Amino acid sequence: MEGNPPIMRRSALAAIAAIGSATLLVAGCSKADDNKDGNGGSSAAANAATKGVVNASDKKGGTLTYELSDVPDSFDPGNTYYAYMYNFSRLYARPLMTFEPAAGSKGNTLVPDLAASKGVSSDGGKTWTYKLRSGLKYQDGTPITSKDVKYAVERSNFARDVLSLGPNYFQQFLVGGDKYKGPYKDKSAKGLASIETPDDTTIVFHLKTAFQEFDYLVSAPQTAPVPQAKDNGVDYVKNIVSSGSYQFQSYQDGKQAVLVRNKNWDPKTDPLRKQLPDKIVVNLKVNAETIDKDVLAGDAIDLGGSGVQAATQAQVLTDASKKANTDNTYGGRLVYMAINTKVKPFDNVACRKAVEYAVDKVSVQTAEGGPIRGEVASTVLPPDITGYSKADEYATTGSKGDVAKAKEQLKACGKTAINTNISARSDRQPEIDAATAIINSLKKVGINATLKQYPSGKYFTDYAGVPKFTEQQNIGLIMMQWGADWPSGYGFLQQILNGQAISQSGNTNLSQYNNKSVNDLLAKAIGTQDTTERNSIYTQIDKQTMDDAALVPLTYFKVLLARPTNYTNLVSTAAFSGQYDYLNIGVASK
Amino acid sequence: MISYILRRTLAAVILLLVVSAVTFAIFFVLPRLAGQTADQLAQQYIGKSPSKADIAAVKHNLGLDQPVYVQYWHFIKGIVSGATYDLGPTTVHCDAPCFGYSFKTHQAVWPQLTSRMPVTLSLAAGAAVLWLVSGVAIGVVSALKPRSFFDRTFMGVALAGVSLPMFFTGNLAILLFTYQWPIFGRTYVPFTENPAQWANTLIPAWCSLALLYSAIYARLTRSGMLETMNEDYIRTARAKGLRERKVVVRHGLRAALTPIITVFGMDLGLLLGGAVITETVFSLHGVGQYAVQAIDDNDLPPILGVTLLAAFFVVIANLLVDLLYAAADPRVRLS
Repeated sequence: MEGNPPIMRRSALAAIAAIGSATLLVAGCSKADDNKDGNGGSSAAANAATKGVVNASDKKGGTLTYELSDVPDSFDPGNTYYAYMYNFSRLYARPLMTFEPAAGSKGNTLVPDLAASKGVSSDGGKTWTYKLRSGLKYQDGTPITSKDVKYAVERSNFARDVLSLGPNYFQQFLVGGDKYKGPYKDKSAKGLASIETPDDTTIVFHLKTAFQEFDYLVSAPQTAPVPQAKDNGVDYVKNIVSSGSYQFQSYQDGKQAVLVRNKNWDPKTDPLRKQLPDKIVVNLKVNAETIDKDVLAGDAIDLGGSGVQAATQAQVLTDASKKANTDNTYGGRLVYMAINTKVKPFDNVACRKAVEYAVDKVSVQTAEGGPIRGEVASTVLPPDITGYSKADEYATTGSKGDVAKAKEQLKACGKTAINTNISARSDRQPEIDAATAIINSLKKVGINATLKQYPSGKYFTDYAGVPKFTEQQNIGLIMMQWGADWPSGYGFLQQILNGQAISQSGNTNLSQYNNKSVNDLLAKAIGTQDTTERNSIYTQIDKQTMDDAALVPLTYFKVLLARPTNYTNLVSTAAFSGQYDYLNIGVASK
Repeated sequence: MISYILRRTLAAVILLLVVSAVTFAIFFVLPRLAGQTADQLAQQYIGKSPSKADIAAVKHNLGLDQPVYVQYWHFIKGIVSGATYDLGPTTVHCDAPCFGYSFKTHQAVWPQLTSRMPVTLSLAAGAAVLWLVSGVAIGVVSALKPRSFFDRTFMGVALAGVSLPMFFTGNLAILLFTYQWPIFGRTYVPFTENPAQWANTLIPAWCSLALLYSAIYARLTRSGMLETMNEDYIRTARAKGLRERKVVVRHGLRAALTPIITVFGMDLGLLLGGAVITETVFSLHGVGQYAVQAIDDNDLPPILGVTLLAAFFVVIANLLVDLLYAAADPRVRLS
């Protein structure tokens, strides 16, 4: 669907845009003024926030500004699916569990938030009990009870005709989740029977199957308490009742949100939050170039946390003083190419291995934007996800591909040449460039792949995610990027490798990979209580997938964040795709 | 005169109905012809892995399960008599004129439009004054001294103004005047809050936008003036001893102004429907930005709302232009 509203004359011609941005780039580079360092600005080194907390401080006061070039799906904790909102919403909505504000993979550590301690499982991991902390209050002083947590889960997972934007894991995993109609339609006082609240501080979840990573699930903002009396469905976003350290002073849809201290938040009930700034302002729909300038000036944070614009990247990387205030970090994502095991001749593992050896990953990395935008990958799990273990099964010299080995595999597969198609998203230029680089390396071994482009909005619903379509169109290779909903092996692998999760539309197991041992291992992992053992199963699954050559890992996605010098307690966490942890950022000066 | 206005208003209403029907058809009928089902449409507005029941419920909530003509009828009815929306636990009534309800943000479209209108109006009005005054003045002076240094310089600048796109001049203006030399403010302040601040933050946007338009107006005025000043009646006016200023303004400019008024009406009308690129570059929360967001989200009702609003302004501007014709040019009679 294409919409053309009356746009100001002179529509954006791509060529002019290119010239325009090139000129800006030049203008930016030639600007040689000494950055006015904020007086709080310590000169930390590049990537400092990926190793520890930068500008650690307990200084109170000031106004903290977030800027976003887009608008979030919703500020309502029960109606959002963006990682940055999972991160930010914790300021006003406390989930049962959350992540420790710490650098890199350490940020993946789960800690209790609204709950007093981690979940206690019984029944082999099918029943999970949480005790709330005592003395918890909403912004209006009324006490927070476990019933409010139950209600929050019910409204966010079971009323998807109203609050449609978040995920629905609870609906999938809770007993009777497929029957319950949600609190707006089912007005019974009992609600969903499989969430029990025996008293005001206890909540018990009953699951259909054992799920040992339930603590991850309850770290979603969907478990942040919502008082039923104050819930007016989609309009709740206009008067969210805070359970965190900040509360809304004003909210203008699509424009701005202003948060101020929540006076009824008691630090005694909260070992995590510091409540440093007086005020937190979120400006929405700010020009992306403007955001970068404000961040470089030291007094704004890019809420989206997806890294600086290309022009800014060139500017900060060539200036040592600016580069010192950047963090180049993993984004919890893998850029890969799925090999469709249901499309001939890739049903033969040797043919798939030929592709593994043939791809020059360095050329793909270059096409994606160079080492700043991603590290050459050789495993399914990225390094910032729990369960990752270093390996490179199809190692080639300098990761540049090995024509001889690839031809060897091709021979084993009984082929000298293959004709196939490779799909990529038409509106994602780096992905198309990467696919083009792959086509070039495959050509050298006799695999002729033709590029097929499809719009990203329908990539999964109509094209690459429809197995029948890929088989009919002979799409043997499929470009893909994947990030997990929670930073564990299960959260990452389940949706892309589970043979039982292959669906007829909206499929994300693009390889149509259905290996019983992997399916069983996934099921075994999620039922395994011991973390070390569970993680070793993830490593096993990773290895099995690579043995079967179901996909070609291309790069571990990375983002380049500019670190504002005026702000304190900045730490880039793997739990939120490499973003800074938004819980305790403060203002150094002003 | 009054019957003329009445006739034109009636025509305008019919025109707006046609525009709404066409826009509606583009968004709701064409995708169906291309094979998209209502289920697929509804699926875009739900998060990951929706069940069949979820899709059915969303489809029902958004009214996508009804025939297209019924959906259109509801839309038109909403504009005239308001509509009621389901928020989940409660329902809310959206008073007329109710331009539908965003599928994505679940907010009524009309309050969003009205809250954003002052921004777009501020931007368009300020820029319009600037470009009209500067464009016409430059055009007149250039026409009176054709091929002079002034003429050549300003026509050159004008040409540059037309050729440079907003995302270049706008970004450059921001870079220079709010960061390099922080003369102007960064975030919009409503006029009612602080008029001085309001102007201060808008000046870069006004100037960038005016640069784009005034060039065209200067060139239009110049060619119009050059033509008029060679007319016989100008010679007559001069021959009968009128002062040069009177000849230029009363006789020359007044006649040359007619095509400019026409273009101005169209431009201002379009601009009031949202200056998409300018609002994006300068981070102004106007109607245009709302439209861009809606397009990004594939959110149909706001797109429809903005289209109708823009069409409304163009129609009104054209009506005003026709009325102004009579005032500017005595040869035109409204009948």
